[in-house]
Amino acid sequence: MSLLITLLSGIFFGLGLAYSEMTNPAVVLGFLDITGNWNPSLIFVMGGAITIGLMGYLIRNRMSRPWLALKWAIPTRRDIDAPLIKGSILFGIGWGLSGYCPGPGLTALVNNPYEGIVFIVALIAGSALFQYQSKNTTKLQ
Amino acid sequence: MEEYINPLIGGLLIGATATFYLFSTGKVLGISGILAQAIFKKDKMLPIVFLIGLIIGGSFYGNLIPQMTAFPENRNIWLLIASGLLVGYGTRLGSGCTSGHGVCGISRLSPRSIIATIVFISSAMITVYIVKFLPIN
Repeated sequence: MSLLITLLSGIFFGLGLAYSEMTNPAVVLGFLDITGNWNPSLIFVMGGAITIGLMGYLIRNRMSRPWLALKWAIPTRRDIDAPLIKGSILFGIGWGLSGYCPGPGLTALVNNPYEGIVFIVALIAGSALFQYQSKNTTKLQ
Repeated sequence: MEEYINPLIGGLLIGATATFYLFSTGKVLGISGILAQAIFKKDKMLPIVFLIGLIIGGSFYGNLIPQMTAFPENRNIWLLIASGLLVGYGTRLGSGCTSGHGVCGISRLSPRSIIATIVFISSAMITVYIVKFLPIN
């Protein structure tokens, strides 16, 4: 059951990205380019997603537990720390360079294979570098 | 306004999917986190299944029905590599990307996600502005 729900979630999330044309880096760059021919599409995508998401969280507050799990696994941290800010700055630079964030980068593996493969291989390398660094710091402590 | 109906419908679908995923699994739907689990976690089955679904759903529509904006021509390989490295490292250090912070985090009014989203959108806009003056692409 978990397998089917996870697969369906992936498919519908991907369809949502494609339907809103967020799978196309040219549309995303059009939003980020505020001094050019600005394309506000991304505001409608996020606005629509957050409207449903807000209602979802209100309903969740009345649910005792998830349908298929024993308890909720929702992040509880509220502190604004340096890694959050530094990481978000670096992510933003990377996003602005190509117009790909992780989801559209993955769908580009099929939509635009040359760009998708180069981007995703580099993304995994960046993620592996973080993994390696954080393992080393855990050992030191 | 007509050109914004599809983005709005797509966004509603993204929000509905993230909510459905939350209600069933109890987890936040964040692509960067799921991708990291698919690579580095011992139990990779579910994250990999999710990513396969995402790629199917995301490529299906674009390939069967023409989109309003054309895909860009293949760009400079070093630009794509730099972009991938920064997105890969930055989303791990900052604990999330456009889906985890931007959609799910703001939906639950998490102060960390609201700040992260403001920071990465600003940093991306500044980057796009600077790139205009550089001889790449």
